[in-house]
Amino acid sequence: MKQEIRITGFGGQGIILAGVIVGKAASIYAEKNATMTQSYGPEARGSSCSTQVIIDEQDILYPYIRESDVLVALSQEGYAKFVGELKPGGTLIYDEDLVNLGEAKKDLKLFPIQAQRIAETDLGRRIVTNIVMLGYFTAASEAVPKEAMIEAIKTSVPKGTIELNLQAFERGYDEHAQRQGKK
Amino acid sequence: MKADSEGVRTGIHYLDGDRAAAEGAIAAGCRFFAGYPITPSTESAEHISERFPQVGGIFIQMEDEIGSITAVIGAAWGGARSMTVTSGPGISLMMENIGLAAMLETPCVIANVQRGGPSTGLPTMVGQADVMQARWGSHGDYEIIAYAPESPQEAFDLTVKAFNMSERYRTPVIVLLDECVGHMVEKVTIPEADEIEIEPRRLTKAPIGEYLPYAYGEDLVPDMALAGMGYRFHVTGLTHDERGYPDMSEACQEWLVPRLLEKIRANADDIIQFVEEDTEGADVVVLSYGISARVSRLAIQMAREKGLKVGFLRLQAVWPFPEKRIAELAKQIRSFVVVEINLGQIFYEVQRCAAGQCETLLSPHAGGGVHRPENILKVIEKGAKAK
Repeated sequence: MKQEIRITGFGGQGIILAGVIVGKAASIYAEKNATMTQSYGPEARGSSCSTQVIIDEQDILYPYIRESDVLVALSQEGYAKFVGELKPGGTLIYDEDLVNLGEAKKDLKLFPIQAQRIAETDLGRRIVTNIVMLGYFTAASEAVPKEAMIEAIKTSVPKGTIELNLQAFERGYDEHAQRQGKK
Repeated sequence: MKADSEGVRTGIHYLDGDRAAAEGAIAAGCRFFAGYPITPSTESAEHISERFPQVGGIFIQMEDEIGSITAVIGAAWGGARSMTVTSGPGISLMMENIGLAAMLETPCVIANVQRGGPSTGLPTMVGQADVMQARWGSHGDYEIIAYAPESPQEAFDLTVKAFNMSERYRTPVIVLLDECVGHMVEKVTIPEADEIEIEPRRLTKAPIGEYLPYAYGEDLVPDMALAGMGYRFHVTGLTHDERGYPDMSEACQEWLVPRLLEKIRANADDIIQFVEEDTEGADVVVLSYGISARVSRLAIQMAREKGLKVGFLRLQAVWPFPEKRIAELAKQIRSFVVVEINLGQIFYEVQRCAAGQCETLLSPHAGGGVHRPENILKVIEKGAKAK
Protein backbone atom coordinates (compact mmCIF):
# COMPACT_ATOMS: atom_id res chain seq x y z
CA MET A 1 0.00 0.00 0.00
CA LYS A 2 1.22 3.46 -0.84
CA GLN A 3 2.03 5.75 2.09
CA GLU A 4 2.66 9.46 1.76
CA ILE A 5 4.31 10.93 4.83
CA ARG A 6 5.34 14.49 5.64
CA ILE A 7 7.48 15.54 8.60
CA THR A 8 7.64 19.27 9.26
CA GLY A 9 9.27 21.64 11.71
CA PHE A 10 12.07 24.17 11.88
CA GLY A 11 15.55 23.94 10.40
CA GLY A 12 17.78 22.54 13.17
CA GLN A 13 15.22 20.14 14.64
CA GLY A 14 16.54 17.20 12.64
CA ILE A 15 13.55 17.04 10.33
CA ILE A 16 15.56 16.07 7.25
CA LEU A 17 17.44 13.35 9.16
CA ALA A 18 14.10 12.01 10.37
CA GLY A 19 12.96 11.77 6.74
CA VAL A 20 16.17 10.01 5.73
CA ILE A 21 15.71 7.46 8.53
CA VAL A 22 12.10 6.69 7.58
CA GLY A 23 13.01 6.35 3.89
CA LYS A 24 16.08 4.26 4.57
CA ALA A 25 14.14 1.98 6.94
CA ALA A 26 11.46 1.39 4.31
CA SER A 27 13.72 0.97 1.28
CA ILE A 28 16.78 -0.80 2.65
CA TYR A 29 15.50 -2.64 5.73
CA ALA A 30 11.86 -3.28 4.78
CA GLU A 31 12.45 -3.87 1.03
CA LYS A 32 9.94 -1.41 -0.32
CA ASN A 33 10.56 1.60 -2.55
CA ALA A 34 10.96 4.86 -0.68
CA THR A 35 11.65 8.29 -2.11
CA MET A 36 12.53 11.08 0.30
CA THR A 37 12.52 14.71 -0.78
CA GLN A 38 13.04 17.88 1.18
CA SER A 39 12.18 21.52 0.96
CA TYR A 40 13.73 24.40 2.80
CA GLY A 41 14.60 28.04 2.34
CA PRO A 42 18.07 29.57 1.91
CA GLU A 43 18.41 29.93 5.71
CA ALA A 44 20.42 27.34 7.64
CA ARG A 45 18.46 27.42 10.91
CA GLY A 46 15.08 28.42 12.19
CA SER A 47 13.12 28.62 8.96
CA SER A 48 10.27 26.32 8.15
CA CYS A 49 11.40 23.03 6.72
CA SER A 50 9.78 19.80 5.71
CA THR A 51 10.55 16.40 4.28
CA GLN A 52 8.33 14.09 2.30
CA VAL A 53 8.66 10.34 2.16
CA ILE A 54 6.70 8.26 -0.32
CA ILE A 55 6.68 4.54 0.41
CA ASP A 56 5.29 2.05 -2.10
CA GLU A 57 5.67 -1.50 -3.36
CA GLN A 58 5.44 -0.10 -6.90
CA ASP A 59 7.92 2.23 -8.61
CA ILE A 60 7.54 5.75 -7.28
CA LEU A 61 7.00 8.01 -10.26
CA TYR A 62 5.78 11.22 -8.68
CA PRO A 63 8.23 12.04 -5.89
CA TYR A 64 6.04 14.49 -3.99
CA ILE A 65 2.95 14.20 -1.84
CA ARG A 66 -0.37 14.52 -3.61
CA GLU A 67 -2.48 13.69 -0.54
CA SER A 68 -0.72 12.75 2.68
CA ASP A 69 -1.51 9.76 4.85
CA VAL A 70 0.60 10.91 7.79
CA LEU A 71 1.68 14.37 8.94
CA VAL A 72 4.27 14.66 11.71
CA ALA A 73 4.33 18.26 12.97
CA LEU A 74 7.01 19.76 15.20
CA SER A 75 6.11 23.40 14.60
CA GLN A 76 3.00 25.54 14.44
CA GLU A 77 4.01 26.97 11.09
CA GLY A 78 4.55 23.55 9.55
CA TYR A 79 1.26 22.28 10.95
CA ALA A 80 -0.66 25.24 9.58
CA LYS A 81 0.97 24.91 6.19
CA PHE A 82 0.45 21.18 5.68
CA VAL A 83 -2.59 20.02 7.66
CA GLY A 84 -4.74 20.76 4.63
CA GLU A 85 -3.03 18.13 2.49
CA LEU A 86 -3.90 15.31 4.92
CA LYS A 87 -6.44 12.96 3.41
CA PRO A 88 -9.74 12.37 5.23
CA GLY A 89 -9.08 9.92 8.07
CA GLY A 90 -5.35 10.71 7.85
CA THR A 91 -2.95 10.47 10.78
CA LEU A 92 -1.74 13.64 12.52
CA ILE A 93 1.17 13.16 14.91
CA TYR A 94 2.21 16.35 16.69
CA ASP A 95 4.09 17.77 19.63
CA GLU A 96 1.31 19.24 21.73
CA ASP A 97 3.69 21.74 23.37
CA LEU A 98 4.69 23.11 19.98
CA VAL A 99 1.51 22.82 17.97
CA ASN A 100 -1.89 24.25 18.82
CA LEU A 101 -4.46 22.48 16.65
CA GLY A 102 -6.98 25.30 16.80
CA GLU A 103 -10.05 24.23 14.88
CA ALA A 104 -8.67 20.94 13.64
CA LYS A 105 -10.27 19.00 10.84
CA LYS A 106 -12.69 16.58 12.47
CA ASP A 107 -11.90 13.45 10.53
CA LEU A 108 -8.25 12.93 11.50
CA LYS A 109 -6.64 10.36 13.76
CA LEU A 110 -4.87 12.51 16.35
CA PHE A 111 -1.69 11.40 18.11
CA PRO A 112 -0.30 14.07 20.46
CA ILE A 113 3.02 13.72 22.28
CA GLN A 114 5.37 16.00 24.21
CA ALA A 115 8.42 14.85 22.28
CA GLN A 116 10.63 17.84 22.99
CA ARG A 117 9.81 17.75 26.72
CA ILE A 118 10.56 14.01 26.86
CA ALA A 119 13.87 14.58 25.08
CA GLU A 120 14.83 17.37 27.49
CA THR A 121 13.66 15.95 30.80
CA ASP A 122 13.73 12.16 30.40
CA LEU A 123 16.75 11.87 28.13
CA GLY A 124 18.56 15.10 29.01
CA ARG A 125 19.17 16.02 25.37
CA ARG A 126 16.78 18.19 23.43
CA ILE A 127 18.60 17.23 20.23
CA VAL A 128 16.94 13.80 20.18
CA THR A 129 13.43 15.26 19.93
CA ASN A 130 13.26 14.07 16.33
CA ILE A 131 14.09 10.49 17.29
CA VAL A 132 11.55 10.45 20.14
CA MET A 133 9.06 11.58 17.53
CA LEU A 134 10.15 8.79 15.17
CA GLY A 135 9.57 6.20 17.90
CA TYR A 136 6.07 7.55 18.46
CA PHE A 137 5.47 7.76 14.71
CA THR A 138 6.52 4.13 14.26
CA ALA A 139 4.07 2.90 16.88
CA ALA A 140 1.20 5.22 15.92
CA SER A 141 1.37 5.02 12.12
CA GLU A 142 2.63 1.46 11.60
CA ALA A 143 3.99 2.75 8.29
CA VAL A 144 7.41 1.12 8.75
CA PRO A 145 8.36 -1.94 10.87
CA LYS A 146 10.06 -1.12 14.19
CA GLU A 147 13.08 -3.34 13.47
CA ALA A 148 13.71 -1.57 10.17
CA MET A 149 13.56 1.81 11.90
CA ILE A 150 16.09 0.68 14.50
CA GLU A 151 18.50 -0.51 11.81
CA ALA A 152 18.10 2.76 9.93
CA ILE A 153 18.78 4.82 13.07
CA LYS A 154 21.92 2.82 13.83
CA THR A 155 23.34 3.54 10.38
CA SER A 156 22.25 7.19 10.17
CA VAL A 157 23.15 8.90 13.46
CA PRO A 158 26.72 9.82 14.44
CA LYS A 159 28.80 7.06 16.05
CA GLY A 160 28.84 7.54 19.80
CA THR A 161 25.21 8.67 19.86
CA ILE A 162 23.61 5.40 18.77
CA GLU A 163 22.69 4.30 22.28
CA LEU A 164 21.14 7.65 23.19
CA ASN A 165 19.19 7.70 19.95
CA LEU A 166 17.92 4.16 20.43
CA GLN A 167 16.80 5.10 23.95
CA ALA A 168 15.00 8.10 22.53
CA PHE A 169 13.35 5.91 19.91
CA GLU A 170 12.17 3.34 22.46
CA ARG A 171 10.89 6.08 24.78
CA GLY A 172 8.81 7.56 21.96
CA TYR A 173 7.63 4.11 20.89
CA ASP A 174 6.49 3.25 24.45
CA GLU A 175 4.74 6.59 24.81
CA HIS A 176 2.21 5.40 22.27
CA ALA A 177 1.25 2.31 24.31
CA GLN A 178 1.11 4.41 27.49
CA ARG A 179 -1.17 6.99 25.96
CA GLN A 180 -3.40 4.36 24.35
CA GLY A 181 -3.64 2.61 27.76
CA LYS A 182 -4.87 5.79 29.40
CA LYS A 183 -7.67 6.27 26.90
CA MET B 1 39.90 -1.65 -17.67
CA LYS B 2 38.02 -2.19 -14.39
CA ALA B 3 37.39 0.33 -11.64
CA ASP B 4 39.88 0.62 -8.78
CA SER B 5 38.21 -1.15 -5.87
CA GLU B 6 39.57 1.44 -3.45
CA GLY B 7 37.15 4.03 -4.79
CA VAL B 8 34.08 1.83 -5.19
CA ARG B 9 31.78 1.78 -2.18
CA THR B 10 30.08 -1.47 -3.15
CA GLY B 11 26.75 -2.02 -1.45
CA ILE B 12 23.23 -0.70 -1.01
CA HIS B 13 22.99 2.91 0.11
CA TYR B 14 20.28 5.47 0.74
CA LEU B 15 21.67 8.49 -1.09
CA ASP B 16 20.55 11.70 -2.70
CA GLY B 17 21.35 12.32 -6.36
CA ASP B 18 24.13 14.79 -5.53
CA ARG B 19 25.98 12.27 -3.38
CA ALA B 20 25.25 9.42 -5.79
CA ALA B 21 26.87 11.45 -8.59
CA ALA B 22 29.86 12.02 -6.30
CA GLU B 23 30.14 8.27 -5.66
CA GLY B 24 29.89 7.68 -9.41
CA ALA B 25 32.76 10.08 -9.98
CA ILE B 26 34.94 8.42 -7.36
CA ALA B 27 34.10 4.96 -8.72
CA ALA B 28 35.07 6.21 -12.20
CA GLY B 29 38.49 7.17 -10.89
CA CYS B 30 37.98 10.89 -10.26
CA ARG B 31 40.68 12.02 -7.85
CA PHE B 32 40.68 15.78 -8.39
CA PHE B 33 37.85 18.13 -7.51
CA ALA B 34 37.86 21.92 -7.60
CA GLY B 35 34.65 23.72 -6.85
CA TYR B 36 32.79 26.54 -5.23
CA PRO B 37 29.83 25.11 -3.32
CA ILE B 38 26.43 26.34 -4.43
CA THR B 39 22.90 25.15 -3.68
CA PRO B 40 21.52 22.70 -4.77
CA SER B 41 24.83 21.02 -5.66
CA THR B 42 26.59 21.49 -2.30
CA GLU B 43 25.93 17.95 -1.04
CA SER B 44 28.02 16.64 -3.93
CA ALA B 45 31.05 18.79 -3.05
CA GLU B 46 30.60 18.04 0.65
CA HIS B 47 30.49 14.31 -0.02
CA ILE B 48 33.60 14.40 -2.18
CA SER B 49 35.44 16.41 0.49
CA GLU B 50 34.67 13.61 2.96
CA ARG B 51 35.51 10.76 0.61
CA PHE B 52 38.65 12.05 -1.11
CA PRO B 53 40.95 11.78 1.92
CA GLN B 54 40.03 8.06 2.02
CA VAL B 55 41.08 7.50 -1.60
CA GLY B 56 43.99 9.90 -2.00
CA GLY B 57 42.08 12.51 -3.99
CA ILE B 58 42.66 16.25 -4.00
CA PHE B 59 39.73 18.51 -3.08
CA ILE B 60 40.13 22.26 -3.45
CA GLN B 61 37.50 24.78 -2.48
CA MET B 62 38.36 27.50 -4.99
CA GLU B 63 37.83 31.24 -4.88
CA ASP B 64 35.04 31.06 -7.46
CA GLU B 65 33.64 29.00 -10.32
CA ILE B 66 36.01 30.44 -12.92
CA GLY B 67 38.99 29.23 -10.90
CA SER B 68 37.23 25.91 -10.29
CA ILE B 69 36.78 24.90 -13.93
CA THR B 70 40.25 26.16 -14.79
CA ALA B 71 41.83 24.01 -12.07
CA VAL B 72 39.81 21.03 -13.31
CA ILE B 73 41.22 21.49 -16.82
CA GLY B 74 44.76 21.86 -15.47
CA ALA B 75 44.40 18.74 -13.35
CA ALA B 76 43.31 16.74 -16.39
CA TRP B 77 46.50 17.76 -18.22
CA GLY B 78 48.42 16.72 -15.12
CA GLY B 79 46.90 13.25 -15.46
CA ALA B 80 43.96 13.29 -13.06
CA ARG B 81 40.37 12.43 -13.77
CA SER B 82 38.82 15.65 -12.63
CA MET B 83 35.45 17.22 -12.08
CA THR B 84 33.53 20.13 -10.66
CA VAL B 85 29.95 20.48 -9.49
CA THR B 86 27.85 23.61 -9.66
CA SER B 87 24.47 25.18 -10.37
CA GLY B 88 22.77 28.25 -11.85
CA PRO B 89 25.06 31.28 -11.58
CA GLY B 90 28.06 28.97 -11.16
CA ILE B 91 27.61 27.14 -14.46
CA SER B 92 27.23 30.51 -16.19
CA LEU B 93 30.57 31.63 -14.78
CA MET B 94 32.21 28.41 -15.97
CA MET B 95 31.09 28.78 -19.56
CA GLU B 96 34.16 30.52 -20.97
CA ASN B 97 36.49 27.78 -19.83
CA ILE B 98 34.14 24.94 -20.72
CA GLY B 99 34.86 26.24 -24.23
CA LEU B 100 38.58 26.10 -23.40
CA ALA B 101 38.18 22.47 -22.34
CA ALA B 102 36.41 21.74 -25.64
CA MET B 103 39.12 23.55 -27.63
CA LEU B 104 42.02 21.84 -25.81
CA GLU B 105 40.14 18.52 -25.99
CA THR B 106 40.39 18.04 -22.26
CA PRO B 107 38.60 15.09 -20.65
CA CYS B 108 36.70 16.38 -17.60
CA VAL B 109 33.22 16.25 -16.09
CA ILE B 110 31.00 19.12 -14.97
CA ALA B 111 27.88 18.34 -12.97
CA ASN B 112 25.20 21.02 -13.10
CA VAL B 113 22.39 20.51 -10.59
CA GLN B 114 19.82 22.74 -12.25
CA ARG B 115 17.78 25.16 -10.19
CA GLY B 116 15.23 27.78 -11.21
CA GLY B 117 16.65 30.77 -13.11
CA PRO B 118 17.54 33.09 -14.73
CA SER B 119 20.16 34.72 -12.48
CA THR B 120 19.95 33.75 -8.79
CA GLY B 121 16.38 32.64 -9.45
CA LEU B 122 15.24 29.90 -7.10
CA PRO B 123 18.33 28.66 -5.24
CA THR B 124 16.66 25.72 -3.49
CA MET B 125 14.09 24.81 -6.12
CA VAL B 126 14.03 22.81 -9.32
CA GLY B 127 14.50 23.92 -12.93
CA GLN B 128 15.55 22.29 -16.23
CA ALA B 129 16.26 25.45 -18.16
CA ASP B 130 20.03 25.01 -18.64
CA VAL B 131 19.67 22.42 -21.38
CA MET B 132 20.45 24.67 -24.33
CA GLN B 133 23.16 26.39 -22.29
CA ALA B 134 24.75 22.97 -21.75
CA ARG B 135 24.91 22.56 -25.50
CA TRP B 136 26.24 25.90 -26.66
CA GLY B 137 26.73 28.06 -23.57
CA SER B 138 30.32 28.88 -24.45
CA HIS B 139 31.11 30.92 -27.53
CA GLY B 140 32.22 29.34 -30.78
CA ASP B 141 31.33 26.08 -32.49
CA TYR B 142 31.66 22.86 -30.57
CA GLU B 143 29.62 19.81 -29.67
CA ILE B 144 29.15 18.62 -26.13
CA ILE B 145 28.00 15.45 -24.40
CA ALA B 146 25.40 15.77 -21.64
CA TYR B 147 23.55 13.16 -19.59
CA ALA B 148 20.37 13.77 -17.55
CA PRO B 149 19.67 11.24 -14.78
CA GLU B 150 16.13 10.66 -13.46
CA SER B 151 17.07 9.14 -10.10
CA PRO B 152 19.96 8.90 -7.64
CA GLN B 153 20.76 5.45 -9.06
CA GLU B 154 21.06 6.90 -12.51
CA ALA B 155 23.07 9.84 -11.17
CA PHE B 156 25.65 7.24 -10.13
CA ASP B 157 25.47 5.24 -13.36
CA LEU B 158 25.52 8.20 -15.75
CA THR B 159 28.34 9.98 -13.92
CA VAL B 160 30.48 6.88 -14.46
CA LYS B 161 29.45 6.97 -18.10
CA ALA B 162 30.19 10.71 -18.31
CA PHE B 163 33.79 10.08 -17.23
CA ASN B 164 34.16 7.24 -19.70
CA MET B 165 32.84 9.30 -22.60
CA SER B 166 35.00 12.28 -21.64
CA GLU B 167 38.05 10.01 -21.92
CA ARG B 168 36.95 8.27 -25.11
CA TYR B 169 36.22 11.48 -26.99
CA ARG B 170 38.50 13.86 -25.08
CA THR B 171 35.75 16.33 -24.35
CA PRO B 172 34.13 17.98 -21.37
CA VAL B 173 30.96 16.08 -20.44
CA ILE B 174 28.11 17.64 -18.50
CA VAL B 175 25.93 15.71 -16.06
CA LEU B 176 22.68 17.66 -16.03
CA LEU B 177 20.99 16.83 -12.80
CA ASP B 178 18.08 18.88 -11.54
CA GLU B 179 17.42 19.98 -7.96
CA CYS B 180 14.73 17.36 -7.54
CA VAL B 181 16.95 14.43 -8.55
CA GLY B 182 19.90 16.02 -6.71
CA HIS B 183 18.05 16.32 -3.43
CA MET B 184 15.90 13.23 -3.78
CA VAL B 185 17.02 10.35 -1.57
CA GLU B 186 16.53 6.79 -2.77
CA LYS B 187 18.15 3.40 -2.72
CA VAL B 188 21.37 3.32 -4.75
CA THR B 189 23.11 0.04 -5.51
CA ILE B 190 26.83 0.38 -6.17
CA PRO B 191 28.21 -2.72 -7.90
CA GLU B 192 31.51 -4.48 -7.34
CA ALA B 193 34.54 -2.68 -8.78
CA ASP B 194 35.13 -5.43 -11.35
CA GLU B 195 31.62 -4.87 -12.70
CA ILE B 196 32.38 -1.22 -13.51
CA GLU B 197 34.10 -0.67 -16.84
CA ILE B 198 36.49 2.29 -16.93
CA GLU B 199 37.75 3.90 -20.11
CA PRO B 200 41.51 4.43 -19.92
CA ARG B 201 42.99 7.77 -20.93
CA ARG B 202 44.14 7.91 -24.55
CA LEU B 203 47.85 8.40 -24.00
CA THR B 204 50.27 8.74 -26.86
CA LYS B 205 52.81 6.00 -27.58
CA ALA B 206 54.81 8.19 -29.96
CA PRO B 207 58.58 8.31 -29.43
CA ILE B 208 59.79 11.43 -27.61
CA GLY B 209 60.40 14.13 -30.21
CA GLU B 210 57.83 12.76 -32.65
CA TYR B 211 54.66 13.52 -30.73
CA LEU B 212 52.10 15.79 -32.37
CA PRO B 213 49.42 16.70 -29.82
CA TYR B 214 46.64 17.28 -32.33
CA ALA B 215 47.39 14.68 -34.98
CA TYR B 216 44.44 12.29 -35.19
CA GLY B 217 43.38 9.03 -36.74
CA GLU B 218 40.16 7.53 -38.05
CA ASP B 219 38.05 8.16 -34.97
CA LEU B 220 39.04 11.84 -35.10
CA VAL B 221 40.30 11.85 -31.49
CA PRO B 222 43.99 12.73 -30.90
CA ASP B 223 46.09 10.90 -28.31
CA MET B 224 47.11 12.84 -25.24
CA ALA B 225 50.43 13.50 -23.54
CA LEU B 226 50.43 14.57 -19.92
CA ALA B 227 52.64 17.07 -18.18
CA GLY B 228 55.65 15.19 -16.84
CA MET B 229 55.61 12.30 -19.33
CA GLY B 230 58.70 13.71 -21.06
CA TYR B 231 57.09 15.17 -24.16
CA ARG B 232 57.50 18.82 -25.07
CA PHE B 233 54.16 20.13 -26.19
CA HIS B 234 52.01 23.21 -26.17
CA VAL B 235 48.26 23.64 -25.80
CA THR B 236 46.35 26.85 -26.35
CA GLY B 237 42.82 28.13 -26.69
CA LEU B 238 43.90 29.88 -29.86
CA THR B 239 43.25 28.10 -33.11
CA HIS B 240 46.15 25.65 -33.32
CA ASP B 241 47.82 23.27 -35.73
CA GLU B 242 48.69 19.62 -35.12
CA ARG B 243 51.75 20.67 -33.14
CA GLY B 244 49.46 22.59 -30.81
CA TYR B 245 50.96 25.93 -31.85
CA PRO B 246 48.77 28.93 -32.65
CA ASP B 247 47.93 29.25 -36.31
CA MET B 248 45.28 31.91 -36.65
CA SER B 249 44.43 31.30 -40.27
CA GLU B 250 41.23 30.49 -42.06
CA ALA B 251 42.81 27.26 -43.27
CA CYS B 252 43.77 26.08 -39.78
CA GLN B 253 40.33 26.98 -38.39
CA GLU B 254 38.82 24.85 -41.18
CA TRP B 255 41.22 22.02 -40.30
CA LEU B 256 40.49 22.15 -36.56
CA VAL B 257 36.96 23.22 -35.69
CA PRO B 258 34.86 20.94 -37.96
CA ARG B 259 36.69 17.97 -36.42
CA LEU B 260 35.81 19.12 -32.87
CA LEU B 261 32.16 18.81 -33.87
CA GLU B 262 32.54 15.77 -36.09
CA LYS B 263 34.27 13.61 -33.45
CA ILE B 264 31.00 13.81 -31.46
CA ARG B 265 28.57 13.80 -34.42
CA ALA B 266 30.17 10.86 -36.21
CA ASN B 267 30.18 8.85 -32.98
CA ALA B 268 26.71 9.93 -31.83
CA ASP B 269 25.33 6.38 -31.91
CA ASP B 270 27.97 5.32 -29.40
CA ILE B 271 27.18 8.21 -27.07
CA ILE B 272 23.40 8.55 -27.32
CA GLN B 273 21.42 6.73 -24.69
CA PHE B 274 17.65 6.69 -24.32
CA VAL B 275 14.87 4.46 -23.03
CA GLU B 276 11.98 3.76 -25.38
CA GLU B 277 8.74 2.16 -24.20
CA ASP B 278 5.55 1.21 -26.05
CA THR B 279 6.15 3.42 -29.09
CA GLU B 280 4.94 0.66 -31.44
CA GLY B 281 1.42 1.58 -32.49
CA ALA B 282 1.38 4.69 -30.32
CA ASP B 283 -0.52 7.82 -31.33
CA VAL B 284 1.41 10.04 -28.94
CA VAL B 285 5.01 9.73 -27.78
CA VAL B 286 5.85 11.60 -24.60
CA LEU B 287 9.48 12.75 -24.62
CA SER B 288 11.15 13.87 -21.43
CA TYR B 289 14.27 13.63 -19.26
CA GLY B 290 15.41 14.00 -15.65
CA ILE B 291 12.73 14.34 -12.99
CA SER B 292 10.14 15.37 -15.59
CA ALA B 293 10.43 11.93 -17.17
CA ARG B 294 9.29 10.26 -13.96
CA VAL B 295 6.36 12.60 -13.53
CA SER B 296 5.48 12.03 -17.21
CA ARG B 297 5.15 8.30 -16.58
CA LEU B 298 2.36 8.96 -14.10
CA ALA B 299 0.57 11.08 -16.71
CA ILE B 300 1.07 8.29 -19.28
CA GLN B 301 -0.54 5.78 -16.89
CA MET B 302 -3.51 8.15 -16.51
CA ALA B 303 -3.77 8.55 -20.30
CA ARG B 304 -3.74 4.79 -20.86
CA GLU B 305 -6.51 4.39 -18.34
CA LYS B 306 -8.51 6.64 -20.66
CA GLY B 307 -7.70 4.32 -23.57
CA LEU B 308 -5.09 6.50 -25.28
CA LYS B 309 -2.14 4.89 -27.05
CA VAL B 310 0.88 6.59 -25.58
CA GLY B 311 4.55 5.69 -25.95
CA PHE B 312 7.50 7.08 -24.03
CA LEU B 313 10.96 8.24 -25.00
CA ARG B 314 13.21 9.17 -22.09
CA LEU B 315 16.48 10.87 -22.93
CA GLN B 316 19.37 9.73 -20.75
CA ALA B 317 21.77 11.55 -23.05
CA VAL B 318 20.38 14.97 -23.92
CA TRP B 319 23.39 15.83 -26.12
CA PRO B 320 24.07 14.62 -28.73
CA PHE B 321 20.40 14.53 -29.66
CA PRO B 322 18.76 11.33 -30.99
CA GLU B 323 17.81 13.00 -34.26
CA LYS B 324 17.44 9.83 -36.32
CA ARG B 325 15.08 8.12 -33.89
CA ILE B 326 12.90 11.23 -33.51
CA ALA B 327 12.64 11.54 -37.30
CA GLU B 328 11.64 7.84 -37.64
CA LEU B 329 9.02 8.05 -34.91
CA ALA B 330 7.60 11.28 -36.35
CA LYS B 331 6.48 9.32 -39.42
CA GLN B 332 4.56 6.80 -37.30
CA ILE B 333 2.73 8.91 -34.73
CA ARG B 334 0.29 11.79 -34.43
CA SER B 335 2.32 13.86 -32.03
CA PHE B 336 5.23 14.25 -29.67
CA VAL B 337 4.52 15.74 -26.25
CA VAL B 338 7.66 17.23 -24.73
CA VAL B 339 7.68 17.59 -20.94
CA GLU B 340 10.38 19.77 -19.42
CA ILE B 341 10.74 22.28 -16.57
CA ASN B 342 11.36 25.24 -18.85
CA LEU B 343 9.33 27.16 -21.38
CA GLY B 344 10.54 25.23 -24.42
CA GLN B 345 14.11 24.08 -25.09
CA ILE B 346 14.30 20.41 -26.06
CA PHE B 347 10.81 21.02 -27.50
CA TYR B 348 12.33 22.99 -30.38
CA GLU B 349 14.88 20.25 -31.05
CA VAL B 350 12.09 17.68 -31.27
CA GLN B 351 10.09 19.96 -33.54
CA ARG B 352 13.14 20.41 -35.79
CA CYS B 353 13.76 16.67 -36.05
CA ALA B 354 10.08 15.84 -36.54
CA ALA B 355 10.23 18.20 -39.54
CA GLY B 356 6.48 18.54 -39.89
CA GLN B 357 5.86 14.79 -40.07
CA CYS B 358 3.79 15.01 -36.87
CA GLU B 359 2.67 17.64 -34.36
CA THR B 360 5.05 18.60 -31.58
CA LEU B 361 3.43 19.89 -28.39
CA LEU B 362 5.01 21.29 -25.24
CA SER B 363 3.99 20.76 -21.65
CA PRO B 364 5.95 23.63 -20.08
CA HIS B 365 6.74 24.54 -16.47
CA ALA B 366 8.50 27.72 -15.41
CA GLY B 367 10.34 26.05 -12.52
CA GLY B 368 10.14 25.88 -8.74
CA GLY B 369 8.26 22.58 -8.83
CA VAL B 370 7.50 19.61 -11.02
CA HIS B 371 4.56 19.28 -13.40
CA ARG B 372 1.19 18.28 -12.10
CA PRO B 373 0.47 15.02 -13.98
CA GLU B 374 -3.02 16.34 -14.78
CA ASN B 375 -1.48 19.18 -16.80
CA ILE B 376 0.67 16.76 -18.82
CA LEU B 377 -2.41 14.60 -19.37
CA LYS B 378 -4.25 17.56 -20.95
CA VAL B 379 -1.45 17.99 -23.50
CA ILE B 380 -1.40 14.23 -24.22
CA GLU B 381 -5.15 14.34 -24.85
CA LYS B 382 -4.66 17.23 -27.25
CA GLY B 383 -1.80 15.38 -28.94
CA ALA B 384 -3.95 12.26 -29.43
CA LYS B 385 -6.35 14.33 -31.54
CA ALA B 386 -3.64 15.73 -33.82
CA LYS B 387 -3.89 14.76 -37.49
